Amino acid sequence: MTGQADSLPAPRRRKRKNIRVPGPDAPAPKTSGRSATAKLDAEPRFRAGWRIIAAKEFADHISSWRFLGLTIVLALVGAAAVYATGGVIKSFAEQASGTQSLFLILFAPPASLQTLNQVPAFTVLIPFLIPLLGIAFGFDAINGERSEGTLPRLLAQPIYRDDVINGKFVAGLATIGLVLAVVMCFVGAIGVIQLGILPSAEDVMRLVVWWILSLLYIGLWLAFALLCSVVVRRAATSAIIALSVWLILSLFFTLVVGIVAGIMSPVAPDSGASSPDTVANTALVQNLSRLSPNQLFNEATGAILNPTIRTSSPALVTPTQADQAIASLLPLDQSLLVIWPQFVAIIAMTMVTFGAAYVAFMKQEVRA
Amino acid sequence: MAVAEAAPEPPVEKPVRSGNAIRAKGLTKKYGDFVAVDKLDLAVDHGEIYGLLGPNGAGKTTTILMLLGLTEPSGGTARVLDYDPALNPTSVKRHVGYMPDNVGFYSGMTGRQNVRYTARLNRIPKGEAEDRIDALLKRVGLADAGDNRVETYSRGMRQRLGLADVLVKEPSIIILDEPTTAIDPAGVEEVLELVRSLADAGAAVLLASHLLHQVQQICDRVGIFVAGKLVASGTTDKLAAQAGSGPIEIEVVASPPLDAVREAVLNVSGVTKAVSDIRDKNMLVVTANRDVRAELARALVEAGHPPYHLRRRGDELDEVYRRYFSTHDSAGSVA
Repeated sequence: MTGQADSLPAPRRRKRKNIRVPGPDAPAPKTSGRSATAKLDAEPRFRAGWRIIAAKEFADHISSWRFLGLTIVLALVGAAAVYATGGVIKSFAEQASGTQSLFLILFAPPASLQTLNQVPAFTVLIPFLIPLLGIAFGFDAINGERSEGTLPRLLAQPIYRDDVINGKFVAGLATIGLVLAVVMCFVGAIGVIQLGILPSAEDVMRLVVWWILSLLYIGLWLAFALLCSVVVRRAATSAIIALSVWLILSLFFTLVVGIVAGIMSPVAPDSGASSPDTVANTALVQNLSRLSPNQLFNEATGAILNPTIRTSSPALVTPTQADQAIASLLPLDQSLLVIWPQFVAIIAMTMVTFGAAYVAFMKQEVRA
Repeated sequence: MAVAEAAPEPPVEKPVRSGNAIRAKGLTKKYGDFVAVDKLDLAVDHGEIYGLLGPNGAGKTTTILMLLGLTEPSGGTARVLDYDPALNPTSVKRHVGYMPDNVGFYSGMTGRQNVRYTARLNRIPKGEAEDRIDALLKRVGLADAGDNRVETYSRGMRQRLGLADVLVKEPSIIILDEPTTAIDPAGVEEVLELVRSLADAGAAVLLASHLLHQVQQICDRVGIFVAGKLVASGTTDKLAAQAGSGPIEIEVVASPPLDAVREAVLNVSGVTKAVSDIRDKNMLVVTANRDVRAELARALVEAGHPPYHLRRRGDELDEVYRRYFSTHDSAGSVA
């Protein structure tokens, strides 16, 4: 290995000459001559360390294969979902007045429409998949630097240590936001072309709010992946841990919650749908499942993209209540009020997780 | 924030400062019960190369990390350019160029991009950074390879890129951890020449290595660092003089028979032991309490066994090294 590089005679000889010329004099006059001009334009501006790191990481991300791959996968999945919904939307459009805008139905079709579909809806598939984005851009953030041996070199530069993890988090979030925005625009464009209807301002606002919410939610997964990359030394192990937590939360958590609730608040076999123990059980299931960020995000997604949803606890609405409700659409701010607790909870979870990653990184020894 | 003054001063414009560039007093690092660095006292001046020599695991890297503020000392104080690295690490790191052991680069980026990133982290204005990078890549012999991805580099090339990376901020203190490990002998010489020229330009250089032979020639002073303790420190001559008083080993090959040769050798005054070499059974390794080569030659000629080969094993510093390392280094990681 070494031989092939070091046996190149030409550059070496040149270098020798450079060394012999008394080293100090070579750079000295140049710097003094340059700094005069440099001081005029670029010098006084001082960039924070995290911004430099974030800029580099962001450039790395968007030129990476995982960026391209994930964007394509998400765009295809989203397009398939929207396309399939678009195919059956006509039957829905005919029967209904006082429903949400058709453009939003593309993204969040009501349950009656979803059963007609071969492909699950956008609001089912995408929330399931997007944690992958956070994991993909975070699982090797710190341990990758370690295994490449770049971490000591990076930390020996005049930056604060937290600049590294802050910059990486910001870069990851920016990349994810970009992927998601691209995918949503793509999917929306398909909807526009297929249906020939343009989204109203409120539709766009709702999609933007959903984009922000998703960003926070993926930020939670990104923070979790960062935590894994700090704590776990091998990138592959860290990816597997993050992915298994994602799978457990999105696939098995509801099962576990059902079992736990059944034990803690049993329902007698003959009790009716509105009997006290059934209600207690349902309430417990709901509260327990809200420990999972997936559940919170799904509830919030429903309320934001579907203005007919007026409560984030639909399971606790009694038949009488549902029957007497007047079907109408909530304005965006009212929808936001409905799921505000979910919003706050997701923000809190993200902050706590990122805080854990931050503290772990700050306390860690530089040496591997 | 202490980071307000951004421009790293070039070392040449700064005359030799009054204080030491690096000063450590009673510097200690403990990991639980294990003492990695034990009450280290150290001073390195501008324009000087100090060799911190010791076997692997002696605590050299830990010491360096404390000097850079990358790990907190358990006791004692360190001053780098009169900054306390534990309190003011960014100020220290603005003036100190550090090349870690086994230096790593982003393999998907070119050598030039890697150094450019470092320049950016040091807030060097763009145009100036490009000029410096060009000059440095030429200086370390990577002018042609600078635009190749680092994943195509050999370890020696990475090491040289590491030097360019250290120098791009024009540091007044340079800390190199095992800078010659992966390089072939000719490359080692070039790197050392480069380091020497940097010190001559006024930089303070702290060079940590376990390869005494390679670095001793350019070090003004060396410290022998074993198991967290600085067991000896001073100019190489001084250390060699200290060690010269000990027993030395002389290789002898003379015309056979071997037993007769050994007998003749053992009769020379000062010789304490004569045994066959492990690899070459015809070679005797003679242990004596002083340099008795002249007497040995005469005795062998007189006994009718003219010597073909008479060589003192290692030079004086080798003795230093062997002595300290064999008695202090239980791990025995250095041959």
